[in-house]
Amino acid sequence: MNLIVKDLEFCYTSRTILNKISLELRPCEMLGVIGPNGSGKSTLIQCIDGLLKPKTGSILLDGNDLKNISRKEMAKMVGYVPQTTSRSFFPSTVLDTVLMGRRPHLGWRSSNKDVRNVIAVLKLIGIEDLAMRDINELSGGQQQKVLIARAIAQDPSILLLDEPTSNLDIKHQLEVIEIIREKVMERNISAIMAVHDLNLAAKYTDRIVMMKDGKIFAAGTPDKVLTPENIRSVYGVVAEVINNNGSSPHIIPVRSLRRLGQSLSDNTHPATITSVIS
Amino acid sequence: MNPLDEGTSDDAIMDSYQKYVGRKTIFILSTLIILILAAGLAGSLGQAKITAWDAYAAFLSRYFPNYFSSSWLAETTIWNLRLPRIALGIVTGAGLGIAGCIMQGVLKNPLASPYTLGISAGATFGASLAIIGGAGLVGGDYLIIGNAFFFSLLVSFIIIGFAGRRGATPETMVLVGIAVLYIFSAATTFLQYFGEESAVVQSVFWSVGSLERASWEKVFISGALVIVSIPLLMLKSWDLNILTTGDDSARSLGVNVKQIRIYTMSIVSLMVSSIVCFTGTIGFIGLVAPHITRLVIGTDYRYLIPASGIVGAILIVGSDIISRNLIPPIIIPVGVITAFMGGPLFLYLIMRRRMGYF
Repeated sequence: MNLIVKDLEFCYTSRTILNKISLELRPCEMLGVIGPNGSGKSTLIQCIDGLLKPKTGSILLDGNDLKNISRKEMAKMVGYVPQTTSRSFFPSTVLDTVLMGRRPHLGWRSSNKDVRNVIAVLKLIGIEDLAMRDINELSGGQQQKVLIARAIAQDPSILLLDEPTSNLDIKHQLEVIEIIREKVMERNISAIMAVHDLNLAAKYTDRIVMMKDGKIFAAGTPDKVLTPENIRSVYGVVAEVINNNGSSPHIIPVRSLRRLGQSLSDNTHPATITSVIS
Repeated sequence: MNPLDEGTSDDAIMDSYQKYVGRKTIFILSTLIILILAAGLAGSLGQAKITAWDAYAAFLSRYFPNYFSSSWLAETTIWNLRLPRIALGIVTGAGLGIAGCIMQGVLKNPLASPYTLGISAGATFGASLAIIGGAGLVGGDYLIIGNAFFFSLLVSFIIIGFAGRRGATPETMVLVGIAVLYIFSAATTFLQYFGEESAVVQSVFWSVGSLERASWEKVFISGALVIVSIPLLMLKSWDLNILTTGDDSARSLGVNVKQIRIYTMSIVSLMVSSIVCFTGTIGFIGLVAPHITRLVIGTDYRYLIPASGIVGAILIVGSDIISRNLIPPIIIPVGVITAFMGGPLFLYLIMRRRMGYF
C-alpha cells in the first residue's frame, strides 16, 4: 500500500506543531521519523492514523483521501502501536488483548479460527508462553510486544509505531525492532516508526525523515540524513558518524552545544572522544 | 518432547483458553443457581411460616398448575408480599451491577458507579424537592417518583454533555460527576434544613435506599428497562473491551470512542434512573459487584455484563434477607445493609488480592 502525505499542517489552538509536511511511504518500506522531543514526531503519526485532524493538507492511502475512509475501513489497513507508558489495564489475558486486534474483521463472536490466528501471531513474536498471563503482570517490554502483536493481528498494510523501543532495555529494543523489520519484509507491509535512538534508526530503516520544529529538516537514506552537520543543527549535539563502507552509519554522540558561543572547534581526535564517552 | 514445548504448543494454548472461557460460563451458571437459592430463602423467611420448597411451589404453581400445588396462604404471601420485593431486589441489583461495570469501563475508572457519579444524589434531591415542596397535596407518590427520575437523568445528561465536548477525557467526566454529587447533596441538605419536620423525616427515609415500596408495577417498569438494556449493551462488548486499553488504541482499532461513551452512558443512565426513582440510594452494589465479578472472570464484557448483573442481584437479595431478619420485626433499610456488608467485603478483597488496576 502506498501512502502520501501532502502539505500537512497541524495546530494546537495557536501553536503550529506540524508545518507543511510532505512525505511518501512506499510499499514494503520501513520509514524512520527522528527528531528531538517536541519536534512533532508523535503528532505526525497520530495525524496519519486519523487520531488527530490536521488543519490543512491531505493524506492519501492508495490515492484515497483519509477524510473519505471510515474508521473501521481504516482499522483494516493501518495498525497503530502507541508509545509505551507504564499504564495499568483492567485484568485481561494476553490472548484476549491480541484478539482485540481482530475486531475490525470480527462479528460479536470470536471463532476458534480467530483464536488460532492470534496464537500464530503470538508465536511469530515469540510470546506464546505468555498467552494466558494477565497483561498487568508483564514487564514493559513484554507489554510492548503484546501491543505489537495486536497491531499485527489486525492484519494491516501499514504499521505506525510511536517510539516502540523508548522504555525498553537494550535486548528488548533489538528484539522488538527486529520483529518489526522481519514483519515488514515477510508480510509485505510497510511501517512508519518514530524513534529516538539514531543508531537503531540507521540500522533498521530504509529511509529517514528528520524533523525539527514541526518541519522536515532532511529526508533520505540513513547515510545521507545522519551526518554530523544535520545532527548538530537539529539536536544541538556534536557527534561523530562512522561510515564503514556502505553499511549503516554509526553515530557516536560527543557532547551537547549547551552554551551558545562556546567554542565549536573540531579538535575532537579519538583520544578525547573516548575520554568524554567513558 | 520436553514439558516446555508441551505448554506452548498451539493445541495446549487453545485448550487452556477454552478452559478459561468455560470457567466464565460456569461462573455465570453457578451464580444464577445461587441467586435462585437466595430468592427461595428470601421467600421462606417472614411472619407467615412458609418453607423454601413451598415458596418455589407457590411460584411455579401459577405457571404449571398441573405439576405444582400450593396452599392459598403460601400463594398469596409469595405472590403479593414477598415476590414483588424479591423481584425488585433482583432487578435493582442487576441494574446497578451492570451500570457499575459499564461506567467503570467507559470512564476507565475503578471508582465509577451510579452512586459516585451523583446519579443517586440527583434522585434524592428530586424526591426531597417533591416531598418537602408539598408533593403530599397533588400527585403524591407519582410526583416523588417522577421528580426523582427527572433529576437523576439530569445528572447523567450533565455528565454526558461534558463527554461530548472537545478534548473531554474520562477523568473529566468522573470529576464532573463528583462535582454534581456535591451540588445536589448540598441542595438536598438545604431543603431539609428549611423543611417541615415530618416532610424532612420522610425525605430522609426516602433517601436511604429500601425495597419497602416494592410493587409489581414498579418491578415491570424497572425490569423492562433492565431487560432491554442488557442486549443493547452486550452488543458493544468488543468496543468496551478495546476501550479499556486506551482511547487512542481503541480509535485506531476502528472504535468510535466518543459515540460509544455517549451511547452506553445514555442507556445505563436511563436504566439506573428507572431504578433509583423507586428504591432511593442503594450504595455500593454498583461499585462492588463489577469488581467481585472481574476478580473471578476477568474483563471480557461479553461475560462481565451478565455476570455483574447476577452478582449485584445476589448481593441485594442477600442483604435484604439480613435486613429483614437481623432484629425482627424491624426491617432495616437494605441500603444500610449493603454499605455495612459491602464496605468490609471490599476491603477484604483489596487486601487479599491486589487488583492490578488500583
